[in-house]
Amino acid sequence: MKLSAKSSEKIAKSIIWAAAMLVVAVLAAIVIYILAKGLPTLSWSFLTEIPEGGGAAGGIASPIVGTVLVTAVAVLIATPLGVGTAVYLAEYTKGGAITKIIRFSAESLAGIPSIVYGLFGFIFFVMYLGLGWSILSGGLTLAIMILPTIIRTSEEAIRGVPGSYRETSFSLGATKWQTIYKVVFPAAIQGITNGIILSVGRSVAETAALVLTAGSSLRMPTSLFAPTRTMAVHFYTLAMEDISPANAFGTAALLIILIFIINVGANILLNRFISNKGKKKEAKGGKRN
Amino acid sequence: MSEISEKSRLRTENLNLYYGSRHALKDITMEIPSRAITAIIGPSGCGKSSLLRVFNRMNDLIPEARVEGNVYLDKISVYGEETDAVALRKKVGMVFQKPNPFPMSIFDNVVIGPRRHGVKHRDELESIAENCLRRVALWEDVKDNLRQSALNLPLGTQQQLCIARTLAIEPEVILMDESCSALDPESTMRVEELMTELAQSYTIMIVTHSMEQAARVSDMSAFMMIDDEKIGRLVEYGTTEQIFSTPKDKRTEDYITGRYG
Repeated sequence: MKLSAKSSEKIAKSIIWAAAMLVVAVLAAIVIYILAKGLPTLSWSFLTEIPEGGGAAGGIASPIVGTVLVTAVAVLIATPLGVGTAVYLAEYTKGGAITKIIRFSAESLAGIPSIVYGLFGFIFFVMYLGLGWSILSGGLTLAIMILPTIIRTSEEAIRGVPGSYRETSFSLGATKWQTIYKVVFPAAIQGITNGIILSVGRSVAETAALVLTAGSSLRMPTSLFAPTRTMAVHFYTLAMEDISPANAFGTAALLIILIFIINVGANILLNRFISNKGKKKEAKGGKRN
Repeated sequence: MSEISEKSRLRTENLNLYYGSRHALKDITMEIPSRAITAIIGPSGCGKSSLLRVFNRMNDLIPEARVEGNVYLDKISVYGEETDAVALRKKVGMVFQKPNPFPMSIFDNVVIGPRRHGVKHRDELESIAENCLRRVALWEDVKDNLRQSALNLPLGTQQQLCIARTLAIEPEVILMDESCSALDPESTMRVEELMTELAQSYTIMIVTHSMEQAARVSDMSAFMMIDDEKIGRLVEYGTTEQIFSTPKDKRTEDYITGRYG
């Protein structure tokens, strides 16, 4: 039996539509399930109290603080390194052997499973450098892990800046660095920030790499050298060891809400930033771009 | 129109330009007078823009580009070993084909050059911005919107802004690479008036596809064409009046009268 062009078009369209809807449905199912199970646990005291009995009682104040600190360390270290590498790749190299080595390294880093980062972090930061299970060890490990994302998104953003911007800047007597700093960066900031936000999301959600490097202390951390347990690790522990399913879901719900807030908040900030700077229009200049 | 006998600002001697193995410009020797407008005309692909970009070393940005021969800005050898391209570009400003303001405010666009070159005081920057915007006849239109994005301006106004931005670096020479080709006739007229006005204090070189424009605004005209080996050559150079009324070269005549292409 042969289908007419019209009906095959219809069938194709429905299949594609179904695929897209399935994705939405899966996401909705997960979010709704977690929120339904977790929201009843969420309360002011749950957010502000330190866990007791290994998390069976009390709140999750210390895992919240631990998550924030580990993520902050990771992003603060990875951002300058990653953006710097991206600038070097996009603006200073012309595709020689060094570029290839840097890019290959970054791509390889991206393909390593996070548990391997954890093992490396454990051996190098925790044992060799003697940092112990600590916020610092965990943050440094995550920094290496998110580096490829920041490099790749930043490099793409920088390459996306029209060549005419650079040309014009040079024609006004700017040096290369002035051009990068004053013209290329502002034009690429949206893409760079997107990469950083993605990385924050990954850091907040990471477990395997942190179990081995940040430890699983439930005490309120007092310094960057103190061990901590992030929310994701806390959730994992509560669920795996069947300590408190209710608290596990509460933690998971908070994680989801947090990531949602980070994404939406960053988008709003970015949009405001962009409308201040004027709409991004193509401004391709001379013929030799 | 200003007198051609004035001191030359720009000069080339046996200039040759190569992009890798491609010979783009051959044996160009010309003197460009100061306080006048010199137009480079010729068919597409004859190297007009390449020649223009020799004067502010814009071709440096193309890795394989190589220049032979001499280019002088007064006594400075443009390609001399001592010459710093960044410093040179402060003296030789450029306005591009398409209006290309940066995605920032009108004010920040105008003062980006001076800021780069170390002017920090707010008052000083404000007076530079006002001055330059007045010179391009834009001040009255934008003085209340200096904080707005330059990208929201109409194209013609954007180009005026780009000229103001170039004036703000206090250049001696202004290169204009088909700066009206993206503009409507009315904006083109405004920019042409501006060119004529600026020519009283600057050395201006323009590349244009429009013969009418060359005839209207320029004092000197240079006609370029590619030879049989596809290398850009300067065919004829003289006062605009002479080039357009009594061209010496047959090829110039054909092009001027529209018999070419």
